[in-house]
Amino acid sequence: MEAVVVSNLTKTYGGEKVLAVDHVSFSVNKGELFGLIGPDGSGKTSIFRMLTTLLLPDSGVATVDGFDIIKDYRQIRNTVGYMPGKFSLYQDLSIEENLNFFATVFGTTVKENYHLIKDIYVQIEKFKTRRAGKLSGGMKQKLALCCALIHKPTVLFLDEPTTGVDPVSRKEFWEMLKRLKEQGITIVVSTPYMDEATLCDRIALIQNGKILSIDTPGSIVANYPDDLYAIKAENMYKLLKSLEGYSQRKNSYAFGEYAHVTFKTYSEENVKKHLQESGLKDIVIRKATPTIEDCFIKLLGH
Amino acid sequence: MDTVIQTEKLTKRFGDFIAANEITLEVYKGEIFGFLGANGAGKTTAMRMLCGLSTPSSGKATIAGFDVYRQTENIKKNIGYMSQKFSLYDDLTVLENIYFFGGIYGLSDKQLKEKSTELVKRLGLEREATKLVSSLPLGWKQKLSFSVAVLHEPKIVFLDEPTGGVDPVTRRQFWDLIYEAADQGLTVFVTTHYMDEAEYCNRISLMVDGRVEALDSPANLKTNFGASSMDEVFYQLARGAKRGD
Amino acid sequence: MKQFITFLKKEFAHVLRDRKTLLILFGMPVAQILIFGFALTNEVKNANIVVVDYAKDESSQKLLAKIEASQYFEIEKMVISADQIEKAFQEGVIKLALVIPSNFASDLAHQNHAQVQVIADASDPNTANTLTNYISSIVLDYQQELTTNAGIPYRIMPETRMLYNPQLKGVYNFVPGVMALVLMLVCVMMTAVSIVREKEMGTMEILLVSPFKPLMVVVSKAIPYLLLSLINVAVILLLSVFVLDLPILGNIFLLFAESTLFIITCLTIGIFISVKTASQQVAMLISLMGMMLPTILFSGFMFPIENMPVALQVISNVVPAKWFYIIVKSIMIKGLGFSGIWKETLILAGMTLFLLVVSLKTFKIRLA
Repeated sequence: MEAVVVSNLTKTYGGEKVLAVDHVSFSVNKGELFGLIGPDGSGKTSIFRMLTTLLLPDSGVATVDGFDIIKDYRQIRNTVGYMPGKFSLYQDLSIEENLNFFATVFGTTVKENYHLIKDIYVQIEKFKTRRAGKLSGGMKQKLALCCALIHKPTVLFLDEPTTGVDPVSRKEFWEMLKRLKEQGITIVVSTPYMDEATLCDRIALIQNGKILSIDTPGSIVANYPDDLYAIKAENMYKLLKSLEGYSQRKNSYAFGEYAHVTFKTYSEENVKKHLQESGLKDIVIRKATPTIEDCFIKLLGH
Repeated sequence: MDTVIQTEKLTKRFGDFIAANEITLEVYKGEIFGFLGANGAGKTTAMRMLCGLSTPSSGKATIAGFDVYRQTENIKKNIGYMSQKFSLYDDLTVLENIYFFGGIYGLSDKQLKEKSTELVKRLGLEREATKLVSSLPLGWKQKLSFSVAVLHEPKIVFLDEPTGGVDPVTRRQFWDLIYEAADQGLTVFVTTHYMDEAEYCNRISLMVDGRVEALDSPANLKTNFGASSMDEVFYQLARGAKRGD
Repeated sequence: MKQFITFLKKEFAHVLRDRKTLLILFGMPVAQILIFGFALTNEVKNANIVVVDYAKDESSQKLLAKIEASQYFEIEKMVISADQIEKAFQEGVIKLALVIPSNFASDLAHQNHAQVQVIADASDPNTANTLTNYISSIVLDYQQELTTNAGIPYRIMPETRMLYNPQLKGVYNFVPGVMALVLMLVCVMMTAVSIVREKEMGTMEILLVSPFKPLMVVVSKAIPYLLLSLINVAVILLLSVFVLDLPILGNIFLLFAESTLFIITCLTIGIFISVKTASQQVAMLISLMGMMLPTILFSGFMFPIENMPVALQVISNVVPAKWFYIIVKSIMIKGLGFSGIWKETLILAGMTLFLLVVSLKTFKIRLA
């Protein structure tokens, strides 16, 4: 059975002025870790809010666990877990009190579903009497996740849970999600970080309210249409400028240590010659495996 | 090479808590200097001292040749600043923002006119010039922010996580602006959570628990830590951090 | 200098582009001047008084004619017994009664002097004073007329009796008014802000996506303030009785019960405001500005409502504080029981119910 089915969902704000979600369709299988990958303003939060019944779509239909998001909102609200972006929790309550509160609100107790949150909770347990307002970003995240899980949701919606958090905490968070998956919970996550995409079972790339592609990360990468090359030189800026002047270049952009380049026609000799003529040294050229980010850039129309 | 930032055991204490502990570093003219660290590691505290916004508890520092204790006003005149949290006024237009920030830094009317026309053209914002900033997409706001921060041609520009949440293409366009500016002699001091952006820097410093635990070029750091990516370097250093959790 | 001007330009831009704040900035003073201009009057016009004319002779008729001729009073003559006078005062229908004794004319004829009795409702000492002065001056006028016509001095002495507040103490008026004001401000603002804060912080989102019913959210926010406000009432009463020497003639439990009702009314207003606003700042602005002025003006404790233009009098009926003020005065100062205030209680209860139903119906179960 599919846990989430979305069909032609549309949402505008400000009376026709801003088209935030443009006829979006996708589905999520039960027990899947599904990623909605896209930058700020691409429509992720609006989609999440519609799926958690907080917003009504302008048109289109969607179901969560078989329940319609408009008519059956009450059932959905009873069973999903939701962690909105920039979740603040109750600053004046302690970790313990927050957790107890959310458990009670859902008609359960912390004890009943402790096994679900144990791995995460033990990391913050020794601070359990500290007020949520005084926690670090990483700890708040972990607490928020616990609060969203404590009632054993069937589907968990996490809206940008790792935004603004350093790479170490981000990595740890995704490891926690993977372990949660093993419990059979369907998890739908949104994130602007492309590197997190590879950690999902399937992903949907989204920009400007439109879905660019839906598939497993592996397939999306495999479907990259061009040959991708990674080129290094002693100065990235000079390298980029030089490539811009190369007639056979299709697209080039910085990518960490290397520049990623696609060509209309490729000749290693000619490229090297052109770069050397620009005064570049220590040139290294090799073939590169595309990443999700490369695919995203390609899909954005460059 | 000219040194534009020089610090020696710069420290900031809040009561018993040492937020930034004996920071010693040098940044050269035209360098793109990456300032990395986990949340709570002390990056913001350190940056505020360098911007002349916070008086150090002890230690020495000169920014753009000015002493950080006695000449903060001069420091502020010679640096630019942009953060993710605040950049431009949403309820003013593009041009009004340019004129405002330029005016604050003492640019003459003639200069303002010239620079604003040039800026708008370079960013491709001719049609949006008289629109409110709130109507611009995030990526354009970021680029405009940066341009406004360097409008008065400062010696150093401090960027606090400038590309958070922006799509990959716009991020690179932003870095194009940084490259261009650095090429013309502007020193860029940038903090970021994107490890690939760390690679774009000439040198990086990594703060853990208030101290600078590493300072070198990305290539050297990777060799020294036996890592194949900056991600790994960060992970190795920051994993054991006590602060933050 | 140039920097300063640049900054100035920006500040002007911010202010002029914020339409809502501009509305308050310019709209409020205009509204205030107009309302204060019309409402602020200590003069009395068309005050309802009762005349008990035991004499029913030519002299009394002349006196009555004089009274009717003045613009100050509207006479309701039909009262006969002392009991009925008492009742009229209790119901708050009249503020003053004039009793002309049966031997008025004969006293004047034979002794050249007579008495009339003036009874005033001094729970509002200022109005009582004003009204007694007016009546006295009319009586004096009549006295002068008689003197002039006859050539010999006549004297008509008004014997004044101040009901409920013989010493004409201001606190009798003041304390009930302040009680209404304080409860109104605290309850409305605190509830509104508390609910809106959840919206602003984002925790409301989580609550919405949960089995927790909106009604529960709202009620659980109101109850702490209900209890705190009752404590407030107790403190105000204690201070009034022991420090200000204000007696409480009526039943204290009834007073607390009515206070509870009024508190609930105010809490409901707070809930209603929170449903319509999205930021704490606006919620606070509306609660303070929007509630304070009408409460002070239209509750009647500073400016008697009867003296206002009809339009404003009608508006005052919608202000809950007005009814509560009457209820508190009736219990505390006039010593009335429930039978004397059931009408006002019903009105307050009705308002509360109405607001509650509307708030719950419009409570957003979604974000937009």
